[in-house]
Amino acid sequence: MSRNDSKYFSTTKKGEIPELKEELNSQYKDKRKDAVKKVIAAMTVGKDVSSLFTDVVNCMQTENLELKKLVYLYLINYAKSQPDLAILAVNTFVKDSQDPNPLIRALAVRTMGCIRVDKITEYLCDPLQRCLKDDDPYVRKTAAICVAKLYDINAELVEDRGFLESLKDLISDNNPMVVANAVAALAEIQDNSSRPIFEITSHTLSKLLTALNECTEWGQVFILDALSRYKAADAREAENIVERVTPRLQHANCAVVLSAVKMILQQMELITSTDVVRNLCKKMAPPLVTLLSAEPEIQYVALRNINLIVQRRPTILAHEIKVFFCKYNDPIYVKMEKLEIMIKLASDRNIDQVLLEFKEYATEVDVDFVRKAVRAIGRCAIKLERAAERCISVLLELIKIKVNYVVQEAIIVIKDIFRRYPNTYESIIATLCESLDTLDEPEAKASMIWIIGEYAERIDNADELLESFLESFPEEPALVQLQLLTATVKLFLKKPTEGPQQMIQVVLNNATMETDNPDLRDRAYIYWRLLSTDPEAAKDVVLAEKPVITDDSNNLDPSLLDELLVNIATLSSVYHKPPEAFVTRTHSSAQKTEDDDYPDGSESESSVNLANGPGSPPTSSYTIPPSVAPATPPSAAAPVPDLLGDLIGMDNSSIVPVDQPATPSGPPLPILLPASTGQGLQISAQLTRRDGQVFYNMLFENNSQVPLDGFMIQFNKNTFGLAAAAPLQVPQLPPGASARTLLPMVMYQNMSQGPPNSVLQVALKNNQQPVWYFNDKVLFHVFFTEDGRMERATFLETWRSLPDSNEVSKDFPTIVIGGVDATVERLAASNIFFIAKRKNANQDVFYFSAKLPRGVPLLIELTTVVGNPGVKSAIKTPSPEMSTFIFEAIETLLRS
Amino acid sequence: MSGAASALFLLDIKGRVLIWRDYRGDVTAVEAERFFTKLIEKEGDPQSQDPVVYDNGVSYMFVQHSNVYLMTATRQNCNAASLIFFLHRIVDVFKHYFEELEEESLRDNFVVVYELLDEIMDFGYPQYTEAKILSEFIKTDAYRMEVTQRPPMAVTNAVSWRSEGINYKKNEVFLDVVESVNILVNSNGQIIRSDVVGALKMRTYLSGMPECKLGLNDRVLLEAQGRATKGKAIDLEDIKFHQCVRLARFENDRTISFIPPDGSFDLMTYRLSTQVKPLFWVEAQVEKHSKSRIEITVKARSQFKERSTATNVEIELPVPADATTPNVRTSMGSAAYAPEKDALIWKIRSFPGGKEYMLRAEFRLPSITDEEATPERKAPIRVKFEIPYFTVSGIQVRYLKIIEKSGYQALPWVRYITTGGEYELRLI
Repeated sequence: MSRNDSKYFSTTKKGEIPELKEELNSQYKDKRKDAVKKVIAAMTVGKDVSSLFTDVVNCMQTENLELKKLVYLYLINYAKSQPDLAILAVNTFVKDSQDPNPLIRALAVRTMGCIRVDKITEYLCDPLQRCLKDDDPYVRKTAAICVAKLYDINAELVEDRGFLESLKDLISDNNPMVVANAVAALAEIQDNSSRPIFEITSHTLSKLLTALNECTEWGQVFILDALSRYKAADAREAENIVERVTPRLQHANCAVVLSAVKMILQQMELITSTDVVRNLCKKMAPPLVTLLSAEPEIQYVALRNINLIVQRRPTILAHEIKVFFCKYNDPIYVKMEKLEIMIKLASDRNIDQVLLEFKEYATEVDVDFVRKAVRAIGRCAIKLERAAERCISVLLELIKIKVNYVVQEAIIVIKDIFRRYPNTYESIIATLCESLDTLDEPEAKASMIWIIGEYAERIDNADELLESFLESFPEEPALVQLQLLTATVKLFLKKPTEGPQQMIQVVLNNATMETDNPDLRDRAYIYWRLLSTDPEAAKDVVLAEKPVITDDSNNLDPSLLDELLVNIATLSSVYHKPPEAFVTRTHSSAQKTEDDDYPDGSESESSVNLANGPGSPPTSSYTIPPSVAPATPPSAAAPVPDLLGDLIGMDNSSIVPVDQPATPSGPPLPILLPASTGQGLQISAQLTRRDGQVFYNMLFENNSQVPLDGFMIQFNKNTFGLAAAAPLQVPQLPPGASARTLLPMVMYQNMSQGPPNSVLQVALKNNQQPVWYFNDKVLFHVFFTEDGRMERATFLETWRSLPDSNEVSKDFPTIVIGGVDATVERLAASNIFFIAKRKNANQDVFYFSAKLPRGVPLLIELTTVVGNPGVKSAIKTPSPEMSTFIFEAIETLLRS
Repeated sequence: MSGAASALFLLDIKGRVLIWRDYRGDVTAVEAERFFTKLIEKEGDPQSQDPVVYDNGVSYMFVQHSNVYLMTATRQNCNAASLIFFLHRIVDVFKHYFEELEEESLRDNFVVVYELLDEIMDFGYPQYTEAKILSEFIKTDAYRMEVTQRPPMAVTNAVSWRSEGINYKKNEVFLDVVESVNILVNSNGQIIRSDVVGALKMRTYLSGMPECKLGLNDRVLLEAQGRATKGKAIDLEDIKFHQCVRLARFENDRTISFIPPDGSFDLMTYRLSTQVKPLFWVEAQVEKHSKSRIEITVKARSQFKERSTATNVEIELPVPADATTPNVRTSMGSAAYAPEKDALIWKIRSFPGGKEYMLRAEFRLPSITDEEATPERKAPIRVKFEIPYFTVSGIQVRYLKIIEKSGYQALPWVRYITTGGEYELRLI
């Protein structure tokens, strides 16, 4: 059935446009049609043929469906750049929407909906109204989607013209395709609206479940996805729903299967009968396994989802671990995901077989995969106590193969195993020491040094081993230096003989004088002071018992897991991130010009893989507290034998005190990125106002095992246009350290379109970790400017000059104003200034003024009975659209 | 929860946009192209790249087919499973239209491609992907004589896969039961995974709107009907049906009833993970003589009944990448060195059950080796074969009833065949 249209691409001579113009106006039909094809071909290869707009539109009135479609396509592409000319097409559109041929009627409304030009949209309403009630289901299903298009361009128009009601009527349409598209459209509209529009009642639920049996596979997905939001009233209803959804597990379309799984999992939360739950788990297992016979890309999506499912319901696939064994030809991204699931499903029962597999993978050629396999062995050892010994012996076998990166990876995980099972496997240290020379990766080196330091008393030549590293101390990366420092201190405390004494002298000297790394220097000074003031205390601190680690590296936070399970099959479940973290659509966003997403961008964001980004740190992912317990300040008074002070010939007093936090701490900031989500990085932040400027007050706490540096911040577009006014300045954060900073902010830089919203989306990155995304809520009172005080006369005048429609009021029934003076003072501190007070019956009425940025006045009236609950607040301002935020601010201030 | 694609791209092997369709106006082709070409360049091998990637606010999902990438871009939280499956479906649609989906066929047919992109997806929502029905109203030139007056009923019907008014002089149905055996044997000779994936492939040439009912020797069904099972009844672990099969009905009483599409399709697929004795067992001994010579001795044994015979057996034996001058002897069939696969391919046209054949091969190796060399990729032995008139599962089609209101008689033809799927034996 092939034909040769490629000839249309070949006429790329000079003077092409005039030539085409002539052909488009030819009197011969065929010639015109050929010319339009040439125009589309030129458009396809990216040439600008918008200058032919009028000529192409002239060809629109034709009986030839193919030609019509081409002209429509052209219009979709260029109407935006020629809005004035686009109006020429309206008549034909309207006419076509009443054509006897349903194909043409549908085509007309479908295309009109794609042309995002206001003038066209106005004319769309009548045809759309008609098409929603068309006799032909093909036209109705197209019209249903078109309502969502229109809502995206002009939501108000859709609501005013009653399209939402028509769309809701289509849910009861007798044609299943129409129902499915109506559901898709309504679900999308609901997503973008704060009002309840598409509420699923038990009645609609039952209707949609019936339609499920008859609509196309894609329609089934729309319906299942929409229904997964439905909350059943009780266990019985949940069971009923599940019963009607389970047949979908047999569908050949994997998206239908996954959406059905999602719905069943949701309803299962309500089902109390253990028998029913067990039965459902049994039913879901085979379809999930079968997904692994699909195309690799689908397997990938399935595996990312299975990863979530087994965290919530480990029993479903407990006996199916073999299906996750890697095949030789699996793409690497499938193998990596399978490995994750194998670790999750590993148990005492199957560990032998799993270890054989891991060992096999550890000898493959793909380095990343091999490393992950080695690490998997370590994670199994930490997870399964009884299997730890077998895991160790496999690791030792792998070390014997002497492949460099395998050895290094093995040492890293063995360090973790030592942490998990202290005093159990130290007999293998000798074997590990044989590989000492081959280590060249910082993490492996650091791990080995940690092992030597930790077990210095059992390693006869620990001092020699450490000494061999000391020579290159200044050249080592920070990670290794820190470990060397700690290990030498441990060695010294355990074997306080001459050799170690000399070594520690060298190390401390190096770490305090020769380095410009503040973390290293600080840690060295702490040790120094500890050792010189109270060696016993030093022992208690440095050799303290360490908390036991567990393998929680891949268990998501339960509330996040809940959210992700609701999002099964979607991108959110693939990324393992909540939708807010990556959904960037702004309502009625017009064609975006490039690079305007983060206009304040200090750096254009490079590609980030949210799932397991290349930027994620190469650290082992256990939660290990830093090996130095927080130092208890030595009691300076007690004169203790000085071990080191004199030795090195340095006065104690010359030791620099540990830095005090630079900024006074103030009230605690709300935590926005908990350490559990941020791989140990915790961020607390809040907007504040100081000296007439808005700052982002941030606290960074590094609870991870590695120093973090290179912090950068970006703010997504937001209602207030908030953006950073200067680059973020956070010093390198060593493990256990924290830093505060005040980031100056500007407004009106970064405005988002769409309805006002107090959410501030923040992206933050550093050199060691993936990009973190978190949301903050903007506290509006930080925007009130210092010059908001008004004279009484001005106040009255302003109040009168503003129309009554600008007055908004709100009740706070629970707030009590106790002391008037304290309240006035508190409000004044946030730049809300007291003007006057009057009595009205038993109530007190207070008047305040404030000023929003750009000099917009804000007048506030508070009515209350002092000392009794209930405050009525009325505001008047030229910007009443901000009232929600203003009330939030008033409420916060009155409550605090 | 909802979400739709913003655009659909067809890209060439270097990641340049061939044709794209913008559904929502919130992504640009320039950005997509810049991102994707960078991705391909950086990774070299796009096969190693996750098929779902996030970049600057946009999520991209892609699949590859010959020298073309199909990619969607979205800013919302889309149903990823649905969109990726949809991309694979589009491949089928294009293949139906152009026989081959490749850069050249897309260029040659760009007008039809645009028309299809308009029909299969609307505002980023997948709409309709039945190639056969689509070609009734979106036609290539040869068929473009008359103006289509309306979309085929099937597009919006509950039966969306079959048009009315089909007519054949001779009404026939061909049903092929194809089972493919997947097995993974580790280097200790242990079978670590073994399953069978079966498919009922149908080709229907039936008039009108025929109602079909298929009976299998499904244990659950037979036991429910209280029948004494003559012969073997089987347990099918996971069954997947073509959308024409009434799933609710199957859930109720295990009846497989459907109105089939016209032409060929997969009626159902199923999976069994019961462990079966491997049909072929291959043992290889590799001996390295000094550093310059390698000798491989292979025994291949067929472990099925003598009355069956496997055909087109192909055993792929991995050899070192730097092996040269092969010297091969076989007791049956012929063997050829395929350096592009780093393998020796042993072909045996006919391999009866219960037989054992041998192969001995010798290769030269370069005497100098790189000390630092990364270890060789350890490929497994792979086996391909076909065994006609035989199924591992023992599945049987008991009947296929075809009822059409015109009352014609239709002839069902059933065939059985077993093939080697992912049949891998790891080397010792």
